[in-house]
Amino acid sequence: MTLIATESLTKTYGGGVTALADLTVAVEPGIIGLVGANGAGKSTLIKILLGLLAPTSGRVRVLGLDPTTDSAQVRARVGYMPEHDALPPDLSAAELVTHLGRVSGLPRTVARERASEALRHVGLYEERYRPVGGYSTGMKQRVKLAQALVHDPDLLLLDEPTNGLDPAGRDAMLALVHRIGTEFGISVLVCSHLLGEVERICDTLVAIDGGRLLRADHISAMTSAIDVLAVEVSEGIEDLAARLAALDLPVRRDGRLLLVELVDDATYDLILGAVAELDLPLHRLDQRRHRVAELFATREPSHA
Amino acid sequence: MPEPTGVIHDIGYQRYTGPRLGRRAVFGALYLHGLRTAFGLGRSAKAKIFPWLVVGIVTLVAAAATAVRSQIGEVVMTYAQFADNMSWLVIFFVAVVAPELVSRDLLSGVLPLYFSRPLPRSDYPVAKLLALATALWLLLGGPQLVMFLGAAFTGGDGMRGVWNELLDLLPGLLYAGLWAAVFASVGLLVASLTGKRAFAAGGIVAVFLMTTPIVGVLSIMPSQTINELAFLASPSTLVGSVGAWALGDLLGPQASVPIGGFGPVYAVAAVLLVAGCVALLLQRYRKVAAR
Repeated sequence: MTLIATESLTKTYGGGVTALADLTVAVEPGIIGLVGANGAGKSTLIKILLGLLAPTSGRVRVLGLDPTTDSAQVRARVGYMPEHDALPPDLSAAELVTHLGRVSGLPRTVARERASEALRHVGLYEERYRPVGGYSTGMKQRVKLAQALVHDPDLLLLDEPTNGLDPAGRDAMLALVHRIGTEFGISVLVCSHLLGEVERICDTLVAIDGGRLLRADHISAMTSAIDVLAVEVSEGIEDLAARLAALDLPVRRDGRLLLVELVDDATYDLILGAVAELDLPLHRLDQRRHRVAELFATREPSHA
Repeated sequence: MPEPTGVIHDIGYQRYTGPRLGRRAVFGALYLHGLRTAFGLGRSAKAKIFPWLVVGIVTLVAAAATAVRSQIGEVVMTYAQFADNMSWLVIFFVAVVAPELVSRDLLSGVLPLYFSRPLPRSDYPVAKLLALATALWLLLGGPQLVMFLGAAFTGGDGMRGVWNELLDLLPGLLYAGLWAAVFASVGLLVASLTGKRAFAAGGIVAVFLMTTPIVGVLSIMPSQTINELAFLASPSTLVGSVGAWALGDLLGPQASVPIGGFGPVYAVAAVLLVAGCVALLLQRYRKVAAR
């Protein structure tokens, strides 16, 4: 089943601002990273998926439903965590999440139970009875996640879930999102402007820029066969490059580094052998995993 | 994040396969939550002070009126007059409670959490409006019930006395409903325009009190028609005039308002005012929901 599918989706706000332009993308269930700079159209896309905004043109399907006509059915099966502050300070997390669970249609006692469960899953225990106003940013983000989870959705839409968190908090939040996507059996769409974050946890990556699709693919397809070894020698870099080329190794020069594609473990031996034969002072030999960012970086000149 | 040391067995995430209730149940949950909020139930002690202070005062007034009537036999105020006499308290109650119901949600940004759920956009403001109107009606109707119980069972006329009191009580409760409808719709609309509670409260008081001088000016204009229509200018005098027209002597001769033959005009105006406020409120939340 296709989780989310859009077809030539376009959204133009009054005043001629184009938020989404001819976006066609289809993703399978799993953890999906939606990346793009601020203003790329991520939040607009989420609002269209929730049926809160009507697209100017094009078609969209979420969980096989059309959010422009069946918005209530879509929203019953989707949990949404907004980007900005969304918690009334004088309610306790337990009360707020229980109330929102009831608004999602859960019976009263079920709402209370599931609110406790959801808060426990995101790591809030006794403090859930205290007013939210006294919570740290990290705890507030967890409450926002818990309220999106309380009605057991099939899809979570998380808008910048790591916003405002310190590095440890980011890691914890990402681990939690990963757990929800893998152990809970709930598909997750994570929005972020930080590619390095989402690429760590998602199976599928959708990159948009200026409302247009840059690329959408499985993360494995994006990162496979691009592991490279970085070799740094303090002198004789040309000699080494020539020698490695003679050994049929694809070599690229990158400043003071030589980048050699890693085929198998034998590649290490070939490089070390070449360095030893030329008697060069070796500074560094390490494996480098291509970050997805580099894939987009090389595409950007053609885009701009 | 310190790990809890107690024994918490992680039984893992449980999917929910039970029933999911429909629109009516969700609307009911929102309405009850709003009604509880109006009286500060489920909230901090601070949020309870003002609503219960007002409830205390109106109950005390009703109890005093009942006591005077049973001891001296003189009717201090009729049921309908009670609502008129308490109008100032009602204004302050609305000024505190309406922002509590809607402005708080606007400021804290909690609305996207509501509108990303299955409820239709209009259900949120309508549930809040009904909650506020119910709270006002209870505020004015509850003490009338106290007066009724006091009068009916101390009168000594038996069942006939109880029946007569009941016939007096029912118009009083209806009149309280009119107060509740007008004040709730105007108050909630004003409060929905701003997320700042202080501004909202000030705005509500301004709408209800600052319009009274306009009535004063219009009623001394050198035209009888203008004088008789002057009470349209302020929500409180509008409600009072509808009451004077519909209830007549139940409001007492001293409270009669000189509206001439324009009674029906006032009734239509009150209906239009409520309808207009509700329409604007729905319009307002259509915009808010898309944000």
